[in-house]
Amino acid sequence: MLESNKDSAKLDAMKRIVGMIAKGKNASELFPAVVKNVASKNIEIKKLVYVYLVRYAEEQQDLALLSISTFQRALKDPNQLIRASALRVLSSIRVPIIVPIMMLAIKEASADLSPYVRKNAAHAIQKLYSLDPDQKEMLIEVIEKLLKDKSTLVAGSVVMAFEEVCPDRIDLIHKNYRKLCNLLVDVEEWGQVVIIHMLTRYARTQFVSPWKEDDGLEDNEKNFYESDDEQKEKTDQKKKPYTMDPDHRLLIRNTKPLLQSRNAAVVMAVAQLYWHISPKSEAGIISKSLVRLLRSNREVQYIVLQNIATMSIQRKGLFEPYLKSFYVRSTDPTMIKTLKLEILTNLANEANISTLLREFQTYVKSQDKQFAAATIQTIGRCATNISEVTDTCLNGLVCLLSNRDEIVVAESVVVIKKLLQMQPVQHGEIIKHMAKLLDSITVPVARASILWLIGENCERVPVIAPDVLRKMAKSFTNEDDLVKLQILNLAAKLYLTNSKQTKLLTQYILNLGKYDQNYDIRDRTRFIRQLIVPNEKSGALSKYAKKIFLAQKPAPLLESPFKDRDHFQLGTLSHTLNTKATGYLELSNWPEVAPDPSVRDVEVVELAKELIPAGKAKKENPAKKFYSESEEEEESSDSSSDSESESGSESGEEGDSSEDSSEDSSSEQDSESGSESKGENKRTAKRNSKIKEESDSEDGEKENEKSKTSNSSNAESSSIEESSSDSESESESESEIESESRKVTKEREKKTKQDRNPLAKDISLLDLDDFNPVSTPVALPTPALSPSLIADLEGLNLSTSSSVISVSTPVFVPMKTHVLLHRMSGKGLAAHYFFPRQPCIFGDKMVSVQITLNNTTDQKIANIHIGEKKLPIGMQIHVFNPIESLEPEGSITVSMGIDFCDSTQTASFQLCTKDDCFNVNIQPPVGELLLPVAMSEKDFKKEQGMLTGMNETSTVIITAPQNFTPSVILQKVVNVANVGVVPSGQDNIHRFAAKTVHSGSLMLLTVELKEGSTAQLIINTEKTVIGSVLLRELKPVLSQG
Amino acid sequence: MIHSLFLINCSGDIFLEKHWKSVVSQSVCDYFFEAQEKAADVENVPPVISTPHHYLISIYRDKLFFVSVIQTEVPPLFDYFGECSEAAIKDNVVIVYELLEEMLDNGFPLATESNILKELIKPPTILRSVVNSITGSSNVGDTLPTGQLSNIPWRRAGVKYTNNEAYFDVVEEIDAIIDKSGATVFAEIQGVIDACIKLSGMPDLSLSFMNPRLLDDVSFHPCIRFKRWESERVLSFIPPDGNFRLISYRVSSQNLVAIPVYVKHSISFKENSSAGRFDITIGPKQNMGKTIEGITVTVHMPKVVLNMNLTPTQGSYTFDPVTKVLTWDVGKITPQKLPSLKGLVNLQSGAPKPEENPSLNIQFRIQQLAISGLKVNRLDMYGEKYKPFKGVKYVTKAGKFQVRT
Repeated sequence: MLESNKDSAKLDAMKRIVGMIAKGKNASELFPAVVKNVASKNIEIKKLVYVYLVRYAEEQQDLALLSISTFQRALKDPNQLIRASALRVLSSIRVPIIVPIMMLAIKEASADLSPYVRKNAAHAIQKLYSLDPDQKEMLIEVIEKLLKDKSTLVAGSVVMAFEEVCPDRIDLIHKNYRKLCNLLVDVEEWGQVVIIHMLTRYARTQFVSPWKEDDGLEDNEKNFYESDDEQKEKTDQKKKPYTMDPDHRLLIRNTKPLLQSRNAAVVMAVAQLYWHISPKSEAGIISKSLVRLLRSNREVQYIVLQNIATMSIQRKGLFEPYLKSFYVRSTDPTMIKTLKLEILTNLANEANISTLLREFQTYVKSQDKQFAAATIQTIGRCATNISEVTDTCLNGLVCLLSNRDEIVVAESVVVIKKLLQMQPVQHGEIIKHMAKLLDSITVPVARASILWLIGENCERVPVIAPDVLRKMAKSFTNEDDLVKLQILNLAAKLYLTNSKQTKLLTQYILNLGKYDQNYDIRDRTRFIRQLIVPNEKSGALSKYAKKIFLAQKPAPLLESPFKDRDHFQLGTLSHTLNTKATGYLELSNWPEVAPDPSVRDVEVVELAKELIPAGKAKKENPAKKFYSESEEEEESSDSSSDSESESGSESGEEGDSSEDSSEDSSSEQDSESGSESKGENKRTAKRNSKIKEESDSEDGEKENEKSKTSNSSNAESSSIEESSSDSESESESESEIESESRKVTKEREKKTKQDRNPLAKDISLLDLDDFNPVSTPVALPTPALSPSLIADLEGLNLSTSSSVISVSTPVFVPMKTHVLLHRMSGKGLAAHYFFPRQPCIFGDKMVSVQITLNNTTDQKIANIHIGEKKLPIGMQIHVFNPIESLEPEGSITVSMGIDFCDSTQTASFQLCTKDDCFNVNIQPPVGELLLPVAMSEKDFKKEQGMLTGMNETSTVIITAPQNFTPSVILQKVVNVANVGVVPSGQDNIHRFAAKTVHSGSLMLLTVELKEGSTAQLIINTEKTVIGSVLLRELKPVLSQG
Repeated sequence: MIHSLFLINCSGDIFLEKHWKSVVSQSVCDYFFEAQEKAADVENVPPVISTPHHYLISIYRDKLFFVSVIQTEVPPLFDYFGECSEAAIKDNVVIVYELLEEMLDNGFPLATESNILKELIKPPTILRSVVNSITGSSNVGDTLPTGQLSNIPWRRAGVKYTNNEAYFDVVEEIDAIIDKSGATVFAEIQGVIDACIKLSGMPDLSLSFMNPRLLDDVSFHPCIRFKRWESERVLSFIPPDGNFRLISYRVSSQNLVAIPVYVKHSISFKENSSAGRFDITIGPKQNMGKTIEGITVTVHMPKVVLNMNLTPTQGSYTFDPVTKVLTWDVGKITPQKLPSLKGLVNLQSGAPKPEENPSLNIQFRIQQLAISGLKVNRLDMYGEKYKPFKGVKYVTKAGKFQVRT
C-alpha cells in the first residue's frame, strides 16, 4: 500500500505500521518502503514517517541517510512548524555520521526568526550532545547565544540544554540572571521547573547565606562584611543586620507567585528553592502550598510527603499549624500512611502529643497491619523524644502485648525493649509479663528481643531467667538463627551471674551451638565458650568476661529514617531514593564571600563578553593609564549629555512612571554595584556625588561609559601586550568577534551626541523591556554585534544558502507625538499618540501605539474606552483596557496594538468617555510600519540581489556635503523609519535593513554617496508601495540641511 | 529526561510503548511487574523503582499504569493525562502517538496545554472523519498554533461562537474525619472553580467575589493575573477556550466547617460466633435549607466478613464478597424519615473477631450551595463587544469524608 499513488492508502498503511511500533512489534523490514515516503506532501503521512524514522533509523543507518536531504530541504521551509519538526526528527535519529549536519542545522535554527524553531534547536542541543559529547564546545557557544534570547518560549528549553551539557559553566548565567528571573513567570510550566532548579544552584554559589549566625556562619561574617563596600562596618563588628543581595531578593520575590501554580512540579521546585536559599523567616510560606498539594494524586502525595518529612525534621514549626492535614485516612495507600506517620512524629511536641497519641490509638487498630506496626514504632519514637509521655506510651504498649495480632505484638515488644533500655528504672513487672509471652509469640525478632531483655536484666528477675533458659534449651534446634544467637547470649550472661543453677544448661546449649548449621552460630559458640568457661589456656580474657557481657549498653537512639536525607537537594530523584542518582548535581554550600555581584549587571549586550576581563583589568596598572586617557572624552560627553538631555530626561520620567517596583530595584542595584566595584577610583568618587542628583538615565549612561572606556582600554592593552592577554579563556573565534565589536563601539563613540542621548537609557531598561512594552525610547546597539557574530558563524557554515534574519531592537525612537484628539474638540480630554517602536505584545503583526490621555477639565472623566471601530478590511485593533476614571489634570498612558496590514491607511475609531464619543483616527507614518532587522553586509547584498527590477526604487539626492557625514545620515534615516543599521565595509555606502510588521517582507535601504554633493538612495522591497512612499518621505529629509 | 513510556493495563499487558531516546527493551517492565506483585493492592505499587540501570516512575490513572523509564537525575515531573480508558487508547493509537510526539521532545515536556494540542492534532469527530474521507484532507494542523508564540499560550486565536457563554461551577468538597462519638477530628473545605467559556475573540474577563477573604490558599490557572489578585482580590484573566479549571482553593481548617450530615452507627461483632450486627442511620444537620442528594456510603469490611444480610429503609445496597466492599446507595434524605441500613453480618467461622470496626466513607452532594459561603459577585468582560451569557453554579460535595466507628 505504501507504493500506492493515493495518499489515503499510504496514510492507512502508515497508521498500521505506527500501530505495530506502538505495540512493540518489529517493523524494521519495511524501512526502505517507508523512507521513500518521507518527501510526501501530505503532512500527516510525513509525521508518521517521522515517527517511524526516529524509531528505526539507529538500526538502519545507511538507509536513513537517504532521508537526510529531505530534512535539509524541510529546514528551509517557510512554515515554521515544518522547520521545527524537521529539526526535531533530524536530531532524533541517532546516526553518528550526520553529526556535522546536525550541528549546522542547530546553528541555523538557533538564529531562526521563529521562537518555536529556536526552542526546538535548544532541544536538539541535548540530543546532539548525548550522541556525540565531542561537540561540547560548539554547543556551548550556541547555548550562550540562546541564553540571550528574550523569548519566554526559548528560555525553558535552553536552560534545560544548559543543565544537560554544561551545568558547571555558571559564568554563562551571570548576564542572563536578571532576565531569567524576570521572565520566569511567563515561561511555560516545565521550563519553570528547570529554571528554578538551575537558579537554586546558581544562588547557592553566588550569594552569601541569608541564614542566621546560629548556622555556624559567625566566622564568615567578618569576611562577608569586608567584601561589602561599606568600610565603616568593619570598625564595629557587632551584629549587623544582614543585607541581602538585591539579586537574591529579586529571585525570591519573582518565584513567589509561582507557589500558586496549578502544576505540582512548579510548586515543588519553588518550595525547594525557598528551602535552600531564602532566609529562614521567609520559608514559612511554602508550607501552605505544599499542604495543598496533598490533595492531588497519590504519586504527587508520595513525593511531597517525602519532602515534607525531610523538612519537618529540621524545622518543626513550619508545618505545625497543618498538623491535622497529615492525619491518616483508612483509604490511603500504605506508603502514604507511613509517610504521614513519619511527619506526625517529627511534628510531635509537648503541646500536641496528647492529641497525637489519641490519634495513634486509632491507627494501631487499623486493619492494615503493616501500618499498625509502623504506628507502634512511631509511638516508641514519640516516647523517647518527649520524656513526659514515656510512661503513658509504655503502658499503652504493654496493653498492646495482649493484642491478637502477632505482628503488632512483636513490634510492641521490640519497641518496649528499646524503651526499657533507655530507662534504667525497675520494670520487672513488664519483663515478667514478656517472659510469659515468649510461649505464644513466634515472630523471631520479638523472641530475640525478649531474650535479650531478660539476659540484660537477669539479676532483677532471678527466678524467671533460668526457667526461660531451660525452655529455650529445649526448643533450641527449632529456633530461628537470630533467636539462637540470643539464647547463647542469655546462657552466657546467666552463667556469669548465676552459674550454680545454669552451668549444665549452658554447657548443653553450647554443645548444641557447636554443631549448628549456621557458621555464625558456631563461631559465636566457640567464642563464648573460650570466654566464659575457665580453662588453662584462656587466662586474661575470662577475667573480664563479666565486664564484657554485662557492660552498661548505651540506649539506642530512635531516629527518623529521613534524618540523613537532608544533604540531598529537595525535590530530586536522589532525595526520593536516598541514594545518589546518576547526574545528580551536588548543591554547593554557601560561599563564604559573595562573588562580585557586578558580573550580573546587564551591560549593553555587545559588551557582554568583555565585561569580565574588563573588571579584572581595572585593577591592573596599564588599565589606569588608559582611564586617564579616556577621561577627557568622557568628561566632554558627560557635559554634553547634561546640556542636551532634555529629551532624554523627559523620557526618563515617563519610563519611571510606568516602571513597577521590581524594575526600580534592579536599576537601583545597577548603580549600587557600579559604585561598589569602582570604589577605588577617585574619578568615580567624584562622580558618585553627582549621580545622586541625577536621574536614572544618567546612571545608566555612566555604566555605559564605564564599560566603554574599560573596553577600549582593554582593546588597546591586548594589542600592545598580547602576551598578557588578560585572563580570557575564550576561543579564537570569540576574540575575533570581540575585536570586531570593539571596532564597532569605537565607531559608535564617534557618533554625534544626540545619538548618545537615547543610548544612555538602555541600562536601566534593558532587562525590563520584555514585560514593559510601554517603555521609553530604547536604543540598543545590538545590531552592531549580531551581524558580526552571524557573519562569523556563517564562516563556519558549509552551506551558503542560509540567510539569517532576526529582529533587533530599534536604534532610535523619536519622541515625536501626534495629536489624536485635541482638548478643544474632546471637551477637555486630550489624547496624543506616538510609536514606541517596540514589538507589539498583542500580536506579531501589530504595531504598538502608545496613547497618552490628559484630562484638562476640572472634573473627573470616567470610563474612557474605545468604542466603534471603522477599519479597512483586514485591519485589526487591540484596544486598551477601559480606564475607570481620570482625575482632573491627570494623565495616563496606555498602549494598544494596530495591525495596519502594511498600508498607510487610516485606522478610525471612536474614543469614548462616559458621556461622549469622539471620532479619532491614526494614520501611521510609513517608517513606523517597519521593524528593524539585524543582518550582515553579505546577507544584505544577497537579499538585495534578489530584490531587483520591479522591487527596486531609487532617487538622487543633492545637498550640502556636511549633511553626508555618517552620523547625520544615520540620525536622519532612523528618525523617519524604524530600521536597523547594517555594518558597512565601505565609507561611502550606508545600509539599513528592516522588515514590514504585517507580512514580514524585507525592506532594504541603501544610501550611496557620490562625487560632489549628490547621493543615491535605493530601496529594495517586495512591498513596492511602501517602498516608494518611504522613498518620498526620506528624500526631502536627507536633502535638507 | 523521560527515556521511554510504557502503557500497561491492569492485567499486566504492555499495549503501547514509545521511546524518545534509544530503544529500551520491554524487559525493564519486569522490574515493575515484580514490584506490582509484591504489593497486594494496586494502590500500593511504589511510584519510584530503581533498577540497575534505570529508574522507573509509575503513575496510576484509571486502571492504567504509565511507566516511564529514566536514566539520570530529574526533578520530579508530574504528567497530566486526562481521563483515558484502555479502550479509548487502543482505538486511537495513532493519535495518542502523535500527541505524545508533540508533548515531549527528547523526553522533555514541550507542550502540555490541551488547547494547543487540540489545534496541532485535531480531535477526531464523526463529522470530521466524514469530511476527511470526502476531501482527503488530514486532521493534522499544518500551521503552528498561534497561541504557542503569543504571550497568551493558552488561548487559540480566532475563536468564533454564535452563542457566547461563560459558565462557572463553584465546587466545594468537604474533607473530614469524624471520630466514633461524632466529634469532628479534622475538617476542611477544598474548592475549585471550573469554567466553561465559549466566547469569541479575545475576551478579557474579571471575576470578583463577595467575600474573597475566605480563600485561604489559592492556586491559579496561568491565565490569571497575579498582581490584580494580590492588590484587589479580583480574578482578571483572558480565558482559554472551552473547559478548564480556573482556580482551586482551600478554606482554612481554622474556620469552623459546618458538617451537613450526621451518622449514627453501631457495628458489633460477637466473640466466638460467626455473626455480627450492623446498623447505620444517616441524618441531615445544618443543611441550610437545601436537600442533600446522592448519598452513598462505602465501607471496607474486614477480611473475615463473609457476607452481609441487610435491609435498607431507603435506596439499595451491594456487597462484594471478594473485595469486601459494602456500598449503600441512599439517594436523597427526607428529614421526616431518616434512611437506615440494618442487618446481620456473617463472619468466617473460627476466625478471631476483627478488633476494629471499619470506617465509613460517605459521599453526598448539595446543589446550589457553597458550604464555605463563597459567592461570586460579578463577572465583567472587556475587549469584545457582544454580550455574553453568564452563569454560576454552586455545588457542595463530600470529598474525603470519613467516619470512624
